[in-house]
Amino acid sequence: MVSKIQVQNLRTWYGEKQVHHGISFHVEPNEIFGIIGPAQSGKTTLLRAINRTFEFTAGTRQEGVISVDGEDVKRVRDVYELRRKIGMVAPLPVGLPLSIYDNVAFAPRSAGMRNKGELDELVERCLTQAALWDEVKDRLDSLGTKLSGGQQQRLTIARALSHQPEILCLDEFSIAIDPVTTMRIEDVLKVLKKDMTIILVTNLVQQARRLAARTMFLWNGEIIECDKTEVIFGGKPADKRTHDYVNGIFG
Amino acid sequence: MRAKRPGYAVFAEKGIEWIIRLCGISAIIFVFGIFFFVFREGGPILWEKGTDFRLGDFFTSTDWYPTSMENKRYGILLLIIGTFTVTGLSILIAVPFAIGGAIFLSEFCTGKVKEWLKIIIELLAAIPSIVWGFIGITVINPLIQSWFDVPVGLNVLNASIILALMAMPIMVSIGEDALKAVPDNYREAAVALGATRWQMIFRVLLPAGKNGLLAAVLLGVGRAVGETMGVLMATGHSLNNPYVKLDGSFNPMWMFESCRTLTATIASELGETSVGSPHYRVLFLIGIVLLTITFIINLTADLVVKGIRKQK
Ligand SMILES: Nc1ncnc2c1ncn2[C@@H]1O[C@H](COP(=O)(O)OP(=O)(O)OP(=O)(O)O)[C@@H](O)[C@H]1O
Ligand SMILES: [Mg+2]
Repeated sequence: MVSKIQVQNLRTWYGEKQVHHGISFHVEPNEIFGIIGPAQSGKTTLLRAINRTFEFTAGTRQEGVISVDGEDVKRVRDVYELRRKIGMVAPLPVGLPLSIYDNVAFAPRSAGMRNKGELDELVERCLTQAALWDEVKDRLDSLGTKLSGGQQQRLTIARALSHQPEILCLDEFSIAIDPVTTMRIEDVLKVLKKDMTIILVTNLVQQARRLAARTMFLWNGEIIECDKTEVIFGGKPADKRTHDYVNGIFG
Repeated sequence: MRAKRPGYAVFAEKGIEWIIRLCGISAIIFVFGIFFFVFREGGPILWEKGTDFRLGDFFTSTDWYPTSMENKRYGILLLIIGTFTVTGLSILIAVPFAIGGAIFLSEFCTGKVKEWLKIIIELLAAIPSIVWGFIGITVINPLIQSWFDVPVGLNVLNASIILALMAMPIMVSIGEDALKAVPDNYREAAVALGATRWQMIFRVLLPAGKNGLLAAVLLGVGRAVGETMGVLMATGHSLNNPYVKLDGSFNPMWMFESCRTLTATIASELGETSVGSPHYRVLFLIGIVLLTITFIINLTADLVVKGIRKQK
């Protein structure tokens, strides 16, 4: 079986500052792949390199190969196609300055979907999956930026699902969401796993333990350990630092 | 023991605070002072007896004969039409270029190119309006004559082009600020959703920056309304309603008609009046009209900009 995502010897720089020091790993289709690691370890940067928004920042540089479905992301014919293949949920919710409806319909519209009926249906489905539909169904026309922080976060999840991605990247999605709603979304993720590959970056190590099949521990731009979640969270991971981190003994 | 600042430092701070406060207040005093002095010169015409001035005719009459011997008329309707026509057309010309320039500067330009472009745009802003007037007469005038096959090239179109060029720099730089103020997160979120650069610009950037862009346009309008020397030279400065033909029908070629503006009238006639005469006072009254127009425009721009801040 070919890997959904294959990263080989990735190095990245913001100007002079190096973030990743040559990391390699792969993500299987339809798995939930957890990434844990302390602040500044390069988790967000990694996701941005995968959907090629990393290059959007001036002064960045990268070496190594990232391939999605066996295709080097740097060489894809249509980068917009690639980005639509990947749903991205940023850690701080970014509600576009549009209505709730337009936020979710943004990606399908950009891809050329015009049919109102189809759009309505899609918007409802995505908002439902993101556990937001009931709260906003009566005010789809109000500004997305007027929602509460947690609602905005769920709006960005709905938005990320709106282009029916094959890969869903969640970057600390639950920072602004209460535990009950978080649980609801986690359940949705378990269902979505049937249709897509999920990369879950999280600061809540227990969340990775609950959801991920395999977990990678990233530290200062290097992979300390990448293994089955049972191993990482089991009594004896290969590296002592992993053990300390998941048990909260670090620093 | 806790550290304690010496007494003079506390005093110095108070002193500085007062100096700054004075600077702020002085700006207010200047604005009111200008209104006051202009009104002191122009106002008395409103109540002085024995003049031919009628307030009712002032805004509605097309007769402007301030130097006639026995039949003086002070109607500024033609001048108002001239000012609004030239300003309006110039903004129509300038806005697409200015917004395009702002988008180019903030989204497509980096490093050296951007720096140089900004310097050049600032240079453009620094060209004195009389030089623009020369350009209107010597460059644009013959161009209009040959392209559109009209007898005179000093007309509404000529002045509008010059005004557009003059108003553009401020519109571009304020517009660029407005676009730069749109958080990068928005751009990245839109791009991550598979939007192309243009989709991002039209569906996210422009809606998000629309208030700032509007403020930029309004400031450009303010600049255009108040402009004098350039339009005096480029409009042809004849007392004429560009929209009406001699037989009284609508003139579709209004762009190629000559006209006269409020500002140019003051500049060209004030030197020939005697201080305190009705003509002199009416010219100052026109000054008040101009002040009011620019005041309203600036106020609108301010309110619009405030709207931006509130949204964030
Ligand atoms: N836009 C940027 N410009 C310059 N440096 C950046 C930029 N974004 C991130 N960095 C740097 O890259 C390094 C990795 O950042 P990254 O955001 O990938 O970490 P992270 O693992 O996601 O951390 P966190 O858990 O805090 O989100 C950090 O040292 C950070 O300072
Ligand atoms: Mg991060």
